[in-house]
Amino acid sequence: MKVELEADKCVASGQCVLAATDVFDQDDDGIAILLEDRPADELLDDVKEAVAVCPAAAIRLVEQ
Amino acid sequence: MRRIVVVGASAAGLAAVETLRREGYDGTLTLVGDEPLAPYDRPPLSKQILAGEWEPDRLALRADDALAALDLDLRLGVAATGLEPAGRTVELADGSVLPYDGLIVATGVRSRRLPGGGAHVLRGLDDALALRDRLAPGRRLVVVGAGFLGAEAAAVAWRLGCEVTLLEPAPVPLAHAVGTEVGEVLTSAHRERGVDLRCGVGVTEVAGDGVRLADGERIAADEVLVAVGSVPNTEWLVGSGLAVGDGVVCDEYCAAARNVYAAGDVARWYNPLFGTAMRIEHRTHAAEQGMAAARNLLAPGAGRPFAPVPYFWSDQYDMKIQAYGRLRGHDEVAVVDGDLAERRFVAVYRTGDRVTGALAVGMPPKVVRQWRQAIAARAAWHDAVRTEVPMTKAS
Repeated sequence: MKVELEADKCVASGQCVLAATDVFDQDDDGIAILLEDRPADELLDDVKEAVAVCPAAAIRLVEQ
Repeated sequence: MRRIVVVGASAAGLAAVETLRREGYDGTLTLVGDEPLAPYDRPPLSKQILAGEWEPDRLALRADDALAALDLDLRLGVAATGLEPAGRTVELADGSVLPYDGLIVATGVRSRRLPGGGAHVLRGLDDALALRDRLAPGRRLVVVGAGFLGAEAAAVAWRLGCEVTLLEPAPVPLAHAVGTEVGEVLTSAHRERGVDLRCGVGVTEVAGDGVRLADGERIAADEVLVAVGSVPNTEWLVGSGLAVGDGVVCDEYCAAARNVYAAGDVARWYNPLFGTAMRIEHRTHAAEQGMAAARNLLAPGAGRPFAPVPYFWSDQYDMKIQAYGRLRGHDEVAVVDGDLAERRFVAVYRTGDRVTGALAVGMPPKVVRQWRQAIAARAAWHDAVRTEVPMTKAS
């Protein structure tokens, strides 16, 4: 599974970092940064949580 | 459980149906929405949409294929009109009756209105587009209510070149939520730009061409926006036996009755983290509570209390405001980082002997997140806030 982040939609809420600390971070303006676009399977539940809580719907998880 | 109905097709309802499917529920799943639109995002309505920076197609919360993959019985453009818990059915405005084994109520809120007519409100996409069509350089806009929504709309209208008057009944806007000092800082941003902010002003009547104040004065305007809070959409539950009182009353599991849960703006539930019942109208909260309600519906008896740290953000002029926790009802405010006058700071809020809230303007996210941790950990005030920091009393 591959994580896609549309940074131009990000509203800097930081919810993804709270949900999946190993996969997301924020820059100094709060905009989300993808640390790992192909996270290990054990992180997928966290990423799905991040997809669900992102207020800007800026994160997607796609089959690869 | 083979039939689940989710009433309300916005952020909370969408999160609920997605979570139900993700947790393995494969029965009939009906999503009812009173707007004729697939789930869309509301925070940009008072920001990018009103400013004309985004077109409405950017608001869709899910792509069509992602929505289709949920295999929903989707009922859009039709409101729920009644609930009959004994027979376990939901009635819709088109006359159809939906039987359910499990129900999630996520019907949200609507804008509170003032006596009179012809004024705008800002809640749905149609509201935002109607107001956006009327904003242009030199046009006079009166905004009634200087809360976060009114302040955002005023900031956008100012940027579009409108002459903006912002009317607020309280002496200091937002003081009840963020405290007097922080409220004054946030509102100074309006005055510096020439927005005519008038506080302590009650509005008795609105019309398409202006407003009438409590002292009889009339303020003429080309457009009027009323942003004086909202009302939970619970009328359809009257007579259902569910407890309703400023929202659907729920326990800490978001349960309103057996197999009936509520989530999002409409839900008043007991948050064990703060030891109090609350109803929260924030975007991220809607998604979190939709997920929690869905999980608890599928696992009765093994549910988890929903104990989030609320979060919201607001964009006004060049300010990005972020807040965690519960600010309302605080006993004390302390600025722990930055400088109020520069509008770059972190203020934290004490309720009893605990840190219960934090509000930041223009600060790096890591700085703000550490205060979220303190709130989540129920940190004691005297441990978390150094005593040499100048403190201010609550309003």
